[in-house]
Amino acid sequence: MVAVVPANRRIDTTDFTFRPTLHRPRYAAYHGVMPHTPDHVMLAAQPSPTIPSLVTARGLTKRYDGRTVVDHLDLSVEPGECFGLLGPNGAGKTTTLRMMLGLTPPDEGELTVLGEPIPARAREARQRIGVVPQFDTLDPDFTVRENLITYASYFGLKGQALTARVEELLEFASLRGREDVPIQSLSGGMKRRLTLARALINKPDLVVLDEPTTGLDPQARHHIWHRLRDLLSSDTTLIITTHYMEEAERLCDRLAIIDQGRVVACDSPRALIQAHIEPHVVELSGHAAALWLDKLGDLPAGTRLHRVGDIILLYTQDPRPLLERLDAGSLRYLHRPANLEDVFLKVTGHDLRD
Amino acid sequence: MKSDGFVHPSTFILQPSSLPTKQPKPHKPIIHTPNDATSMSPNLRFIHVWRRNLKVWRKILIPSILGNFGEPVLYLLAFGYGFGMLVGDLGEMPYMVFLASGIICSSAMFTASFEGMYSAYTRMDVQHTWSAMLGAPLTVEDIVLGEVAWAATKGLMSAAAILVVATALGLVANAWALLALPVLLLTGFTFGACAMVVTAFSKSYDFFLYYFTLVITPMLLLSGVFFPLEQFPAPVQVLAYLLPLAHTVEVVRPLLTGTIPEQVLLHLAVIAAYGVVGLMIATRFIRKRLIR
Repeated sequence: MVAVVPANRRIDTTDFTFRPTLHRPRYAAYHGVMPHTPDHVMLAAQPSPTIPSLVTARGLTKRYDGRTVVDHLDLSVEPGECFGLLGPNGAGKTTTLRMMLGLTPPDEGELTVLGEPIPARAREARQRIGVVPQFDTLDPDFTVRENLITYASYFGLKGQALTARVEELLEFASLRGREDVPIQSLSGGMKRRLTLARALINKPDLVVLDEPTTGLDPQARHHIWHRLRDLLSSDTTLIITTHYMEEAERLCDRLAIIDQGRVVACDSPRALIQAHIEPHVVELSGHAAALWLDKLGDLPAGTRLHRVGDIILLYTQDPRPLLERLDAGSLRYLHRPANLEDVFLKVTGHDLRD
Repeated sequence: MKSDGFVHPSTFILQPSSLPTKQPKPHKPIIHTPNDATSMSPNLRFIHVWRRNLKVWRKILIPSILGNFGEPVLYLLAFGYGFGMLVGDLGEMPYMVFLASGIICSSAMFTASFEGMYSAYTRMDVQHTWSAMLGAPLTVEDIVLGEVAWAATKGLMSAAAILVVATALGLVANAWALLALPVLLLTGFTFGACAMVVTAFSKSYDFFLYYFTLVITPMLLLSGVFFPLEQFPAPVQVLAYLLPLAHTVEVVRPLLTGTIPEQVLLHLAVIAAYGVVGLMIATRFIRKRLIR
């Protein structure tokens, strides 16, 4: 039996048991049990009127040289959730984050972050936000510890409380023993952890992460994910951009898929899979598969076909007729449950994006 | 190396509230009052930027001082002794004394200009230091003002270093020379601000050569640093007085040679005007470059 996971875990703050965990949807998927979400869960995905949102964007628009990068975007991020912005390159994810920080003035629309109107009071909002930028902005003139202390000074933080905070964060980032090394000698994963630690120096209510694990090896990524889950369990709200589906599926309570500056879908990962994709996926690839498909003529009723490059994806409610024919053709195939990537490909189209 | 107190990542908990508890978590208030985060008055936040640069400078103190100090002192000695023999005295003033006050002024100009161009550009475009600051509660105004204040500080430090050498060589008349220091700080501020205007438009380091070749070097030659302005035809003198360095020299040279400078307020007003207008233009275009 699959546990029912409300899409927005902050709706009922007195119920402490329903925190969606990393493994639950995947566990269900691996065991061939397709998650079925009751209607009330879909309703619960609506923002509660009693808890003010941490971020509210209405009709947010940004144009560069007549090209619309963010196109009347509506979003709300609720306290305590991990909200994902997913989209192909150039979809407007980073621009959206920059607008939230007041670093890109919107051409149209309204934006409120932590109760502050943006960009009018962006500086005040940033006092309570942690930022993990996409590219390394650590200070190469300083050691690990000096980086934390100097960054803290930008917030006006100093003294004993800061010293304690720095020690805490060195521990958090597993950088003990490397406090006094120049940052050039850190690995990519360590730099990323230091950047995350730096973002937490002001005990932020909201942490904004732009592709936090891009370019990291699997161990380093898992370490970052672990730290992000630690943050979520300490009630910090996260907004994360990524184009890694498994990252979004593991971390995000809700996510918005953005394409060409618009939100094309927004819900919990499970609800999105449920709403957009048939539960069973059969993947075929290569020349033999194409030939088999040509010879087959009609697909079994209710089967939807999509091609991505040389991969053929077949989506269906009932895989049995399809699998029988595949077995008869002794073709290699992969039968798997639908996942977020299927949703992503469906709602953003299958073309290559640059 | 792990210290004895090392906590394995899997057991580490950032805040006590993340400990498993049966109690429902109290909802974090949305409206937040800054507690440990001091809300500094807005016109002083630039000090954070200034102090960051000071911290870096202290780490590379020896090469910094040699750079700011060594070259102008070499010029002073070589030109002063070599050239001074040929020139003799300028009116009542030995050439060496004349030159020392000029080089002190030009050194403030050069040091502040370098800082506002090469170093500031590195922090803007190469090291992304400013971009990190903009993720924190600092604004473009804070950053530009902090950088210009730092350029002014470095200009003052290098001018002061040469002043010490000039005093040791007996080229400074009396303690009134200390009054030159605030004028040199203002000069550093002005050239730092003008350099930041150039930085705002730069696509690479190469761009700075235009400014040095077309603006700084002509100004250096025209402003009475190496030889008296009166040598030039009147239109050139007018041009020189339209630029800030000649005004610095007009105030600083008398202070170092024990006479009273004339029209001090006018000279200071011209220097300050370049500084303030430069700061405003630099802020505007750096904002346009970073906030987009």
